[in-house]
Amino acid sequence: MTVGLIHYLIVAAILFVLGLIAIISRRNAVGVLIGVELVLNAANLNFVAFSRYAERGIEGQIFVIFIILLAACEVAVALAIVINLFANLGAIDVDRAGRMKR
Amino acid sequence: MAGKEIAIIIVFYVTCGVVVISALIAVFARSVINAAFALFFTLCGMAGFYFLLSADFLAIVQIVVYAGGILVLLLFGILLTHRTLEELGIEKRTTYIAGTIAGLAFYLILIFIIAQGLWHQIPPKPMAPTTATIGRLLLTKYLLPFEISSVTLLAALIGSAYLVRRKEGK
Amino acid sequence: MLYDFANIVVFLVLTGVLVFGTLLVGRLVRTQKPTPEKNTIYECGEPPFGSSWVRYNIRFYNIALVFLIFDVEVVCLFPVILVLQHFKLISRTLMLVAVGEVAFFVVVLVIALIYAWHKGALDWLRAPESPYSVEESHNPE
Repeated sequence: MTVGLIHYLIVAAILFVLGLIAIISRRNAVGVLIGVELVLNAANLNFVAFSRYAERGIEGQIFVIFIILLAACEVAVALAIVINLFANLGAIDVDRAGRMKR
Repeated sequence: MAGKEIAIIIVFYVTCGVVVISALIAVFARSVINAAFALFFTLCGMAGFYFLLSADFLAIVQIVVYAGGILVLLLFGILLTHRTLEELGIEKRTTYIAGTIAGLAFYLILIFIIAQGLWHQIPPKPMAPTTATIGRLLLTKYLLPFEISSVTLLAALIGSAYLVRRKEGK
Repeated sequence: MLYDFANIVVFLVLTGVLVFGTLLVGRLVRTQKPTPEKNTIYECGEPPFGSSWVRYNIRFYNIALVFLIFDVEVVCLFPVILVLQHFKLISRTLMLVAVGEVAFFVVVLVIALIYAWHKGALDWLRAPESPYSVEESHNPE
């Protein structure tokens, strides 16, 4: 009954699915971003777990550093877009952002 | 030895509870502010998992960048984009039904795959500090991604500084 | 190394017990006689008005943006600095090459800082002709 790879994979699956639900269901754009963060964290947990329990050395952790770095860039740009959306629409409802198509 | 194993199991399940419950709040909370504060506990719990997986540097990075940087930016994003308290993220619940059903179906598929897989596990090595190894790999094998990441940061900073430059509510 | 982490856990638990234990003891011991005056928010004696949920100014976002980018930069540089000493032991040329690699990384980010500075993202009080908004915080009341 020791903690193994499977346990971490299941926790990562739960986090991934919760992030997916947030991405699908939230209508607030910042809520969607929170879902994206959850999904990225699930991927990070998988990388670190495999880097410890599979014969892949420390390189999984390097991947995680780059993922965290890209997540920082993604949040900076995405929130700038959200702020512009608010300035243009007066709301950050992602359903109303479809208006940009026309 | 047995005491150490039991301690690890206890810490794992406590961290598990913190992460899953706060992630549930982050997804299903009505107010986005509450969701962002719940996300803080999820991110700190992830740092706990990294400690358990002997990724000490990553755990600190997780707290410094995610909890200290990204979450603060998210909170600013929330506080910059609402008009009144009432508008601050009171969401309709109807969209959650379809999303939850789709998520549960996907979760069953994932659990099925995890249960089917023959995971080749090695007994984990004893824990050791990882920071110096990561630094050596960043300067040798992963030098190109390391340098490109600085250009990515440059592009992200310039891009978002340009995007928010326009006069608000013009 | 696991025992170093155990120290952190002990600190976390002690912090939680101290903070919440103190609050709990205070709650059990104190008397509670609330009046409308006591329940208002303390504003240095002024009666408070309006909502405290005002919309923030966009300036905060700019500062947070610059902070986040350099936060990530520090995180990337920290493990690299640890190995420079190790490289110096192997050969001096190797260390100089490594310093050059780090310098490129830093110079690219300094360009970003210069851009943000030039565009006025770091100015707290802006000149009125600046393209940035100097709008006061919007109060819903």
